[in-house]
Amino acid sequence: MKKGDNIKDKYNLIKIGIIGLVAGLCNGMFGSGGGIIVVPAMTYLLDVKEHDAHATAISVILPLSLVSVFVYFKSNHFDWNMVWKVGIGGVIGAGIGAWLLPQIPVKILSKIFAGFMIIAGLRMIF
Amino acid sequence: MILFFIGLVSGIVSGMGMGGGTILIPALIFFASTPQHLAQSINLSVFFPTAIIALCIHTKNKHVRYKLAFKIIIVGVIGAFIGSRIAVSMSTHTLRKFFGVFILAMGIYELFKKPKNKKQ
Repeated sequence: MKKGDNIKDKYNLIKIGIIGLVAGLCNGMFGSGGGIIVVPAMTYLLDVKEHDAHATAISVILPLSLVSVFVYFKSNHFDWNMVWKVGIGGVIGAGIGAWLLPQIPVKILSKIFAGFMIIAGLRMIF
Repeated sequence: MILFFIGLVSGIVSGMGMGGGTILIPALIFFASTPQHLAQSINLSVFFPTAIIALCIHTKNKHVRYKLAFKIIIVGVIGAFIGSRIAVSMSTHTLRKFFGVFILAMGIYELFKKPKNKKQ
């Protein structure tokens, strides 16, 4: 019993390491997407409840983004003037989004956004 | 004004928990002619204020599993450093193509994923 637990713990630690590494790499390289990776990874690989996974993902992505912004900043890929303009809109928008959430068909909407992402992706590749 | 509006729309999307960054970066590139690297650094930066507010609320409601988070973060920061070093070493053109492949894959995943259990 104890031995089995130990093996499971070790196995979980490996999963946790892989999740962290992949999320960090993608979040740093693409400047986004850490959450899209961490949330399903935690729910499917570590059996974390979806709501907890969302909440925990934010606490994970914050320090990772901090490291990445620092690297971008050092390489002069940073513009305060744009950050605050987009940022104010972002904060207000997030409030509206959270408020709208209970009253919208999330499933349909997420498929529409998936469509946007596919179109944008194709346009960027070709 | 266009920047505020782009922020607003992507903020609404991320407030709904659907990954605003994957909308914000292409929007900045297509509608505000922002270079790829800058768009990515803007997305990383604007995440902070909203994330801190959300984190406070989630912490109060005891949804954040900090012990697990801490373990992921230890390895994650190494990945974050390597990933961003790779990004800044690439040309705008190359990074844009890689980013395109990335959001294409994420879009396809989002399109076909089934919610595990919609209940919180």
